[in-house]
This record gives sequence, structure tokens and C-alpha cells, in this order.
Amino acid sequence: MSEPRRRAATRSLMDIALPILVFLGAIGLWEAVVRLNDIQPYLLPAPSLIAQTIIKDWPLLSGSLWVTVKITFSALLLAIAGGVLLAVLFSQWKWVERSFFPFAVILQVTPIVAIAPLLLVYLDAQNAVLACAFIVAFFPILSNTVIGLASADRSLVELFQLYRASRWRQLTLLRLPSALPYFLGGLKIGGGLALIGAIVAEIAAGSAGQGTGLAFRIAEAGYRLNIPRMFAALVLISVTGIAIFLFFSGLSRLLLGRWHDSERDHET
Amino acid sequence: MTMLARLSGVSKTFANGTLALRSLDLNIGDGEFLTLLGPSGCGKSTALRLLAGLMPPSEGTVSWKAGATPEIGFVFQEPTLMPWASVFDNVWLPLRLRNQSRKTATKEIEQALALVGLGDVAHVYPRELSGGMKMRASIARALVTHPPLLLLDEPFAALDEITRFKLNNDLLRLKTELGTTVVFVTHSVFESVYLSSRIAVFSARPGRVIAEIDIPEPLPRDENFRLSPAYAEHCRVVSQALQRAMTDQAA
Repeated sequence: MSEPRRRAATRSLMDIALPILVFLGAIGLWEAVVRLNDIQPYLLPAPSLIAQTIIKDWPLLSGSLWVTVKITFSALLLAIAGGVLLAVLFSQWKWVERSFFPFAVILQVTPIVAIAPLLLVYLDAQNAVLACAFIVAFFPILSNTVIGLASADRSLVELFQLYRASRWRQLTLLRLPSALPYFLGGLKIGGGLALIGAIVAEIAAGSAGQGTGLAFRIAEAGYRLNIPRMFAALVLISVTGIAIFLFFSGLSRLLLGRWHDSERDHET
Repeated sequence: MTMLARLSGVSKTFANGTLALRSLDLNIGDGEFLTLLGPSGCGKSTALRLLAGLMPPSEGTVSWKAGATPEIGFVFQEPTLMPWASVFDNVWLPLRLRNQSRKTATKEIEQALALVGLGDVAHVYPRELSGGMKMRASIARALVTHPPLLLLDEPFAALDEITRFKLNNDLLRLKTELGTTVVFVTHSVFESVYLSSRIAVFSARPGRVIAEIDIPEPLPRDENFRLSPAYAEHCRVVSQALQRAMTDQAA
């Protein structure tokens, strides 16, 4: 092994090992502080207790986790379908974009916490949660895809004109592939936001005594002063968020790895 | 020489008011290698795009011997390959837009790639290629439909000199082998003399042809031609014409 390569290998090992070590150190410190100061679990549970709670309450929590994951991904799928469809319409007809983009912006800038209670008036709890998650996930996917569709190489567009390609061909063979990196960027943001939207809406709905997702478990455990369970549910939400992020990062690498510069660093 | 196309009284004004070309008259002979030479922004690329039918002229006409626009191959300043597709699939594109399946087009694609010496890297993605190889792929894509007319818009401007000389030789070889009519845009006097059978010198914006110079040296040309006194003499004449074009602009 050559010297520069060995150095690179050492560095990539450090890149992985260092964050893990720091993370474990922080958990260890938390555990130590709780034990040494004899802090009561209803004030701050130790990480070991949270882990035990996740295992002990798994039948209850896993059901809620499933509900939250299902809502998040349903909302995300709807946001992808709606966002991409609308972006394509925008790209084909400028007047559609000018007419409807303001609505998308209004939905985006109005805080979701403020919309949730209103949605609960019109929809049943589950659909209201779904609608909230959809609204927040929708915009980044839409706006990124719109930019992506418009960013096709000018000369390639001319080339398609030269060969008299139909609008449909130009869309499928040129504009959609050009938009893919932007779309995947929007998906990474939208995926995280869909989870946040689902949680926020469920907190709002949960106070009305409805819903069974993880956010509801947090609210419910809070009323019962079951602090370890609150933390356990929180950990599961975080893990879900991380999993969503990793999933879309992996998808992006899979789809763009061979050709797009944004995934270039993963080579070697 | 029979005529392939004629631009007569062609003017082009862009939407922002820029007058790019003013009453341009230009004949394109069948089988010639015509170079449009001029300073940056003189409208020579615009003339090429009008010829390709990528934009309509504001005034005047573009007429074709055959009546309708023939098959045209176009090579841009940049290689403009689709980064998400392999070299093979990039060259397939013009045929694909003509509803030819990948399978039925395979022979044509392989021929086009062999012409430019890229047979070995057919399944490589563009970003793994050098600048010169990308440009070769772009030329293969333009040639895959066997166009009688090939338009090139400063294709080698971004390449280093060694690669450019090599591609100049390849282009001349292709031209001799295929008999294609070529219209080539450049701002390099040396490149224009080396390649062309005729040079149209453009004045700066608004562009028009201020000199047409024949380079009656026979093909094939090679490095010996580059070093010959005749080459130097042609370069001198063309440089002077270009100089006049530039002072016209200053006046």
C-alpha cells in the first residue's frame, strides 16, 4: 500500500470512527451524570433506562411507530405525485405556473402548527395528520423539481429541436433526467419535513384525545409523568428521521452515482 | 460548384434589440468546407443557427437547393452530452428521436463511434472522458444520421492545442471519407486556413461578410501543410482580412 493511499485509508477510518466515538462519549457522559448525581428518572432518565423502556414498551410503541411511519410515507408519496405532476405542468405552460405558484407559496409560508387545528375541524384526525404532513413535504419537492425541469442544458434543448423531438420526448428524455438531482434534493428535505408535519399535527390532534402515533404517545406519557417513555418515543422519532434521511441519501447515490457531480466524492 | 444553400438578405434582431446580422448574403456550395471566421460576437454562431433552422431570420430567406432543409448534424461549442447516459446512448439519441430502437440502431452507432475512434469507450459515461474524447462523442452523435451537411460552432475552442490539432486532422479525414458539406465557425485564423476550402470573414456586430477567401489547397492536408509557405501565405491574407473586419468595427 502506497503512503498517500494509506493516509487516505486512515483518514476515511477516522471519518467514520470519530463521530461514533464522540456520540458514544456523549451518551456515556449522560449516563454518568445521571448516576453520579442520582437524578430521578422522572426528571431525567439515563440512556440505559430509555433503552430498557423501548424494549419493555415495544408492543405499544411499535404500533405507534408503524402508524407514524405509515402516515409519513403516505404523505410523502402524495407529495411526490402532486409535486412532480404540478412541476411538469408548470414547466409546460408558463401561465399555469404564474397562476398557481402563489398558492404553493401561501401553503409553504403559513406555519403548519397554525393550520393543524383548522384541518381538524374539517377532517377526521387521521386525515388531518396526513394533510399536514403532505403540505409541508409538498413544497420543497415542487420547487426543486420546477428548478430542475427548467435547468436542462440550453444546447441540448436546441439539439432536441434540431431533430424535431416532440414536447413529450423532450420532457421524458431531457427535462426529467435533468431534474432528477434537484428532485432528489427536494425529496431529502421533504422526507424529513413529512415526519415533522406528521408529528406536529398529531400533537395538535392528540390533545383532543385522538390518534395513536408516536407523538400521541409522547403527549400521553407526559400526562402520566412517564418521562422514560416520553424519551423512548422521542428516540424512535429521531431514529425514524435518520432512517428516512439515510434512505434518500442512498437512493440519491444509487441513481446519480455514475453521472452527477453531487455524488462524485463517494467514489474511490 | 453546385449550391446547397443560400442565405439572402438575412438580418437577425434579437428580442432584446441586439442586431446580430444585417443583410447577410452567403452561399454554401455542395461538398465544400466553409469556415465562418470573425471576432467574438460577430453573429457567426447566429448565422449557423439560422442555417440549422433553430431560429427564424427577422428578414431575408434561407433557401435550399433541395427545397426543404436537409438532414443536418450540429456540433456545439461544448460537447453537450447528456451526463446521465453512456457514450453509446448519447450517440443513439438522434436515431432514438426517430423512433429507432437501441437494437436496430446498434450498427449505425458502432459505425459512428468507430469513425471518431471511440469504439472502446462506448459504455463509459461522459464525465469519465477527457475533453477531446467528449468532443469526439459529440461529433459521432452529429454523424450518426449520415447528414449531408455538418455544422460546427467553435467546437474545439475549449481544447488544448495538441488535442485541437488532432481533432482538426480527424475532421478533415472524416470530411474526405464521408464527402459531407461542412460549415465551421471559429475565431482562429490558423484553424480556418488549415481546414477550409473557403473562408467567409465576418465583420463585428452587426455581422456581415466582408471578404470571401478561397484556400485552393488539395485534401488530404497534414502537418506538412501546416509548415508549408503556402499555409503561411494564406494565414497572412486571412489575418489581414480579419484585421480589416476589426477596424471596420472601430470606425
